[in-house]
Amino acid sequence: MSRRTSPVIPGFGLTLGYTLVYLSLLVLIPLGAMFVHAAQLTWAEFWAIISAPRVLAALKLSFATAFAAAVINGIIGTLLAWALVRYSFPGRKVIEAMIDLPFALPTAVAGIALTALYAPSGLVGQFATDLGFKIAYTPIGITLALTFVTLPFVVRTIQPVLADIPREVEEAAACLGAKPLQVFRHVLLPALLPAWLTGFSLAFARGVGEYGSVIFIAGNMPMKTEILPLLIMVKLDQYDYTGATAIGVLMLVVSFILLLLINLLQRQIAKS
Amino acid sequence: MSSVTLSASASANAARRGNVLGRRLLIISAWLVFVLFLLLPLFIVLSEALKHGFGTFFGAIFEPDAISALKLTLLAVGISVPLNLVFGVAAAWCVSKYEFRGKSLLVTLIDLPFSVSPVIAGLIYVLLFGAQGFFGPWLREHDIQIIFALPGIVLATVFVTVPFVARELIPLMQEQGTQEEEAARLLGANGWQMFWHVTLPNIKWGLIYGVVLCTARAMGEFGAVSVVSGHIRGYTNTLPLHVEILYNEYNHVAAFSVASLLLLMAVFILLLKQWSESRINRLKASAGEE
Repeated sequence: MSRRTSPVIPGFGLTLGYTLVYLSLLVLIPLGAMFVHAAQLTWAEFWAIISAPRVLAALKLSFATAFAAAVINGIIGTLLAWALVRYSFPGRKVIEAMIDLPFALPTAVAGIALTALYAPSGLVGQFATDLGFKIAYTPIGITLALTFVTLPFVVRTIQPVLADIPREVEEAAACLGAKPLQVFRHVLLPALLPAWLTGFSLAFARGVGEYGSVIFIAGNMPMKTEILPLLIMVKLDQYDYTGATAIGVLMLVVSFILLLLINLLQRQIAKS
Repeated sequence: MSSVTLSASASANAARRGNVLGRRLLIISAWLVFVLFLLLPLFIVLSEALKHGFGTFFGAIFEPDAISALKLTLLAVGISVPLNLVFGVAAAWCVSKYEFRGKSLLVTLIDLPFSVSPVIAGLIYVLLFGAQGFFGPWLREHDIQIIFALPGIVLATVFVTVPFVARELIPLMQEQGTQEEEAARLLGANGWQMFWHVTLPNIKWGLIYGVVLCTARAMGEFGAVSVVSGHIRGYTNTLPLHVEILYNEYNHVAAFSVASLLLLMAVFILLLKQWSESRINRLKASAGEE
């Protein structure tokens, strides 16, 4: 394991050893313990837990809302990054600094603030009530909360890439007769797509696991607005550690498969 | 020929007009997202907190349970951030200064906590150290409490913030390479001298940036801490959990008052982040000039 390039610089053994021990003790062994705990179940028992209608409903809701939020962020985030990188306008610096607010703001604060805004009697929610639909306490509210907490991911991954594409490339394409859409499709999209996918998958992974900002606005009705992390919490409150563990394993496995697929897609794009 | 130039300039004009329109639309939509999506939640937190005036606002903040929640939050941040700071420097050091097999796997493992739900982060420690966990009986025999106590809260906070410092430092240190360190060694510096006088000044701002992000997350962590804390008021209640309890008791004004304290801390963190970011950019710019 020790093919170092700079034998002059000391500390390889020390830092690698420390890194491995720290990661093992705090991350790998505890996560492994969850799988060991789940392994005490037989397949039939495991299947019975994860195929319960309530679990499947929560699974669908969690992944669907996280996916929707990641797609919305993929669009809003690209527009925001574009405006921030390409144009200078009044307030640009303030917006630029405030984009990271969802990362700095504790999720519970975001949760109660969004609920106060979008509840049927809230500042924004009352307009939705007038129009005859509800935002808070529905999957729309959950998607909204997830969109808020994951907003910075796409903006922050796209920004540096966008800044690195010289404007001359687009101008050259336009001079050669390319229409704006063609410029976008053939010049910008190939350059932006890998970063966009990275931002998308970060937002998606965070959205699937998000708890604090969602539980206030979700309403938490079993079968309707109950997310998967909350269901783990419910099982824990009932001292059903086995049930909680099985759902936790299910959640990790499904997210890793999806992230792996996104990663493969990314490599495919990088090759072509 | 003239007709060709004419049509070319006409289409250029049309494109420019389209550009101006697109530009305006984009700037307006950036402002809309900013005001509706980022500013409005801030506004609602403060306005709900001050609904009944400053008296109730400060009353909620200086209430003993709120003060003890604040102390616990600061204590958890004060333990977990330095732990991840040392880890981040060590991890970034071995990843950026050496080549070895399995490096990309190691980087993936460092990032792993980002794709694990905070609730699962809490769950795994309950499975290990809870009353029914692997070490539960042993811990009870020795009268050590981890879950529903400070150690559990710290463990959960450390787990969710493991990657922050390392993630900021790895690209920065890879960019800087190893030349300066090698020079220091050849001039006779020992390992620590090289680190203190050469590496640390170079990575200072990136380090601060990572610590700021790590602090923000540690201070606001909710899901993971919620699983391991047990919500014992005055003992194992952090500030975000205190907000939840007040909110669920329909004590909305107090919940938003405590929330606005967290909000102020978040805005302070954003300012710190902006400051360290601008220092990094200035360093990069001056490095580019050389």
